[in-house]
Amino acid sequence: MPVKLALEVSGLDVYYKDFRALWDVSMEVRQGEIIAIIGANGAGKSTFFKTIPGILVPTRGTIYLFEERIDGLPPHVTVSKGMASVPEGRRIFPRLTVYENLFMGSYTPRSRSKREDALGQIYSLFPILKTRRNQMGNTLSGGEQQMLAIGRALMSDPKIILCDEISLGLAPLVVKDIYRRLREINQNGITIVLVEQDVKRSLKVSNRVYVMLKGKMVLTGEPTSLSEEEVKKAYFGI
Amino acid sequence: MEALLLPITNGVLLGGLYAVIALGMSIIFGIVKLVNLAHGDLMILSSYLSLVLISWLGISPLLSLIMIVPIMFFVGFFVQGGLLNRVLGKEMEPPLLVAFGLSVILQNLLLIVFTPDARSLMSDLAIETIVLGETLTLPVLYLINFLGGLIVILAVYLFFRKTYLGRAIRAASDDEMSTQLMGVNTKRIYAYAMGIAMMTAAVAGVLVGMTFTFYPHTGPQFLIISFGVIIIGGLGSMKGCLAGGLILAMAQTLGAHFAGTGYQLLFGYGVLLVVLGIRPQGLFGKI
Repeated sequence: MPVKLALEVSGLDVYYKDFRALWDVSMEVRQGEIIAIIGANGAGKSTFFKTIPGILVPTRGTIYLFEERIDGLPPHVTVSKGMASVPEGRRIFPRLTVYENLFMGSYTPRSRSKREDALGQIYSLFPILKTRRNQMGNTLSGGEQQMLAIGRALMSDPKIILCDEISLGLAPLVVKDIYRRLREINQNGITIVLVEQDVKRSLKVSNRVYVMLKGKMVLTGEPTSLSEEEVKKAYFGI
Repeated sequence: MEALLLPITNGVLLGGLYAVIALGMSIIFGIVKLVNLAHGDLMILSSYLSLVLISWLGISPLLSLIMIVPIMFFVGFFVQGGLLNRVLGKEMEPPLLVAFGLSVILQNLLLIVFTPDARSLMSDLAIETIVLGETLTLPVLYLINFLGGLIVILAVYLFFRKTYLGRAIRAASDDEMSTQLMGVNTKRIYAYAMGIAMMTAAVAGVLVGMTFTFYPHTGPQFLIISFGVIIIGGLGSMKGCLAGGLILAMAQTLGAHFAGTGYQLLFGYGVLLVVLGIRPQGLFGKI
């Protein structure tokens, strides 16, 4: 039985004014997978991350979310179709409390009716968020903010979550803990796309990996089938 | 000390009015990051709308608020949604120019329709006074201005704190991109925010119209007051608006008391400069 594609990107080009940031980028994510997109700074990962939900508009190419075309749709529409994002730098709302941040995550009509259940599940997954629920977002530690950002994404009852550099600026033990919870989230049926600079961790946790360099996908495969040499060459462009 | 009681009291009461005059502009500046140069004119539009309703229906200015407030909500919603949202982007100049253009158009439209004659919103309350103690006689209208200002500020504060839409507006103010990723149509949120700002401007316009005379070109005068309140109190802060209004108004009334009415504006601007020098983001500024 063919596995359903959660996300299918074909021939994506993205420009920042005259600068071409993505070159004919294609990618497939099967339902239930954890996909890692790795690359050095400036490889185009964050541009790709912003294009999928509609923050940036591609000049060419198509994006299908669970077989429904979404390229060119604004972000508030793609979210309503089951895509959630954890942006780089957490970007929680600093002047809203933890509870209000999570509340904002369930803004879409499809998630509002499930808000209380979702809140319970997130508090089970991240107990510290329950403890700090009345604190302002900007008083949390980096790791707690990352948990809040992930929890906020989960509040929208997503079918797929995009995570942009969730390990950035966090202590290794904290990152390990967050990745453990991401695996739990995936085991509950949510497809995960990780955009990462941490190559080792990405290869360990993902089903398949894509390597980006200068706006292009240069290598793809299962971590077990890719050699360290191959990945290094693709990552650094040597 | 007794001699100071009246200017201080008048300053406090006037401060409430100044606060509600500036509130709408503070909301939009804090949330949409837009300097609405047409704010004063939109406020005066409310005064003229009230004038029309009073003439047609024979109702009091305060009663006309029942219709003016929702009308101005829609005016603000469509001005932001249909006009200002189109030019919102990374640069500040296009929205500034559009707002300035709107100000010019409004003033001239009001001039054509209502002529340059001075107007005011007549009410029996204008001649009523309250006597407090042996020395203090306060116009009831000033008290209404102050209470009206407090009620509006409290209502807006509760709206932003307790409602779904209020939280979404606060979130959009904090981080537009993240708010979009939550499934929020931020352009529509900005339109709602402007609608709410115009509701406060409607209240301010009616209170101003009851207290002072107004003309089609009075808008910029209240725009300057709004700037003064926001600079002193801080951008996007409710309590800053109230504090800024009180401080500006008291500076003016005390300045008039000590140096004469010709100097009241100077004292107000003097306090503004002091605050700018000591704390440029305002007393309760978010920066």
